[in-house]
Amino acid sequence: MLNRRDFIQLALATLAVTGSVEGFRRALADESLTQEQLLAFRPKGQVTLIHVTDIHAQLVPIYFREPDVNLGVGPMKGLPPHLTGEDFLKRYGIRRGTPEAYALTWLDFAELAKKYGKVGGMDRVATIVKAIRAERGDDRCLVLDGGDTWQGSYTSLKTQAQDMVDVMNALGTSAMTAHWEFTFGEERVQELIKQLKFPWLAGNVIDAQWEEPVFKAWEMFERGGVKVAVIGQAFPYTPVANPRHMIPNWSFGIREKMVQKHVDDARAAGAELVVLLSHNGYDVDRKLASRVKGIDVVLVGHTHDATPQVERVGKTILVSSGCSGKFVSRLDVEVKDGRMTGFTYKLIPVFSDVIQPDAEMRKLIQSIRKPHEKALNEVLGTTETPLYRRGNLAGTFDTLITTALMEERDAEIALSPGFRWGPSLIPGQQIRAEDVYSQTAITYPQVYRSEMTGQRLKEILEDVCDNLYNPDPYYQQGGDMVRTGGILFDIHPYEKMGNRIQNLRLKRTGQPIDAAKKYVVTGWASVNPGVEGPPVWDLVMNWIRKQKTIRIPEQRDVRLVT
Amino acid sequence: MSKTRIEVLDRREFLVASGAAVATLTALTSGALAREMKDANKLLQELTGGAKPTEGKVKLEMPEIAENGATVPVKISVDSPMTDKDYCESVTIIAPKNPTVYVATFKFTPDSGKAWVSTRMRLAQTQEVWALAKMSDGSFRIAKTNVKVTIGGCGG
Repeated sequence: MLNRRDFIQLALATLAVTGSVEGFRRALADESLTQEQLLAFRPKGQVTLIHVTDIHAQLVPIYFREPDVNLGVGPMKGLPPHLTGEDFLKRYGIRRGTPEAYALTWLDFAELAKKYGKVGGMDRVATIVKAIRAERGDDRCLVLDGGDTWQGSYTSLKTQAQDMVDVMNALGTSAMTAHWEFTFGEERVQELIKQLKFPWLAGNVIDAQWEEPVFKAWEMFERGGVKVAVIGQAFPYTPVANPRHMIPNWSFGIREKMVQKHVDDARAAGAELVVLLSHNGYDVDRKLASRVKGIDVVLVGHTHDATPQVERVGKTILVSSGCSGKFVSRLDVEVKDGRMTGFTYKLIPVFSDVIQPDAEMRKLIQSIRKPHEKALNEVLGTTETPLYRRGNLAGTFDTLITTALMEERDAEIALSPGFRWGPSLIPGQQIRAEDVYSQTAITYPQVYRSEMTGQRLKEILEDVCDNLYNPDPYYQQGGDMVRTGGILFDIHPYEKMGNRIQNLRLKRTGQPIDAAKKYVVTGWASVNPGVEGPPVWDLVMNWIRKQKTIRIPEQRDVRLVT
Repeated sequence: MSKTRIEVLDRREFLVASGAAVATLTALTSGALAREMKDANKLLQELTGGAKPTEGKVKLEMPEIAENGATVPVKISVDSPMTDKDYCESVTIIAPKNPTVYVATFKFTPDSGKAWVSTRMRLAQTQEVWALAKMSDGSFRIAKTNVKVTIGGCGG
């Protein structure tokens, strides 16, 4: 239980968060946001944690539309981060149309994008990190990267993540954990770890045969006179959600007992503040925090949730910092008598037109992109409608991909993974080659074309749907629903596995999908070894070149029944 | 007996970690019958002679989601003093949705020191796995856990 003093301090911390919200509103009133306002912060305690996560190799500013559907199930129903649109605004007391509403919700996305501009850019992130360090003193700050940093762009794919390693070294990162990093394969991962100027922490990865630890689990730092232990927790289902054959010797898992042991070991070694740098995903971390004792702060990654306030689970607080470089979290922590006694938190939106780019980082990014400029900037067409990916059920960029795959591979059904990364485009924007790669740049991009029975198709849909809507978070994998083309169905999220997908029909004919009949299905990102086919970006780029002007209405193929 | 042993588990999938070396793996006395069983409740009935196993004392550790359904790690430990008067006689693993539900039985004596098993097993599909412990007083304990075997491939 919290004592009275803690309670007052936590209440104050909440006030401080509300204070920053007020700051934005004033800024809107005179239509001017400044870097000072975005960075304004009342410092607290001895230690500052700066959290970035799920950057997905986005070096330059982008647009990013937040999800319209992000449903919580079981005990997580209605709890952050499972709030969208108006519900989100209401929960956090944000007015529609404000910079915050633009940063945190999907509402009025295209309109507000024109008004408030792009977000992110690692040169802007560097400015924020440097400013906080300058204000607080380097000896009080830790810069913690939650992983999914190395993958998601043309340049990271072509350089096999060298670009991101250079950028994160230049940023002065203190530690990282990982997920998509593993899709570069064991050998490349080990090679890049050697280049890191900071520890790579993954306490839940063990040798698949001997069950011995593969990586360092935690690191002790001293900041502001406080011993801070940072424990790394890699994405527990990497070999399930991504190709296991790329990391055949490593085994993952949530490994609750192992996390507890790391916490206990760190405390025994004198840690006064214990931080879990996690790639579990929000709901998994919420459950984990209720079961593992002794963690002060969980820095949540993987599920890409931008939550403007911390959530509390017992004595543990959860911080979640969105994705794609759109946000930087600053958490100031006060530690007394070996435990956290107070904090102040701010989720800083990286408005690219407001935050000045850092000159050194900008130079590095330019040098990374220069050899690839011609390929990156090829204009394929123009979009008249917003193209985005986030949302539990569908995104227009995914509809573009499934449509392209069906036409380019002459299939009646297409499947596309429910990835949560990939920036958005706004109406009137050109679609460049870079934009296609930012949705598709993975190390297993082959587009398959095969026959599949109706029964198998239903099994796949049910399987993925259970990864999303299993009421026990420990059985969730943190992606969105698989995207489909050519079929219609209803989703019943609160049903049990096997009954969630109903009324499954072929779109072309309106006829029910026949369990015994074979259908020609195309798709990409298969986790199986030996998949053959052209890379997905080639097919998508070809298709866009042919269309020139793209118009993708919001998809109505999947109906949510709650 | 050793011949039966190999039939029960595919050799490649059978791995006993160091601590489990104290346990001896055997088939059931009515092994031939058990190996063919398709109904987990019937098998349970046969193993317990109709006694109802209670929960607790048995810890069954498996991953929530299997990384590879062909070789899923399983750890079982039974809380028992392992004295001549009070010990765990055996642990049986049951996979109700495998083509044959009986997986293996591990036998212990007080000299085993502890009733602990670490091995790997194959799971045909998502299911609840059971670990049944027979205690020396004739009582039965059971632990159950859900393991998901997914098609995989769409994580964030």
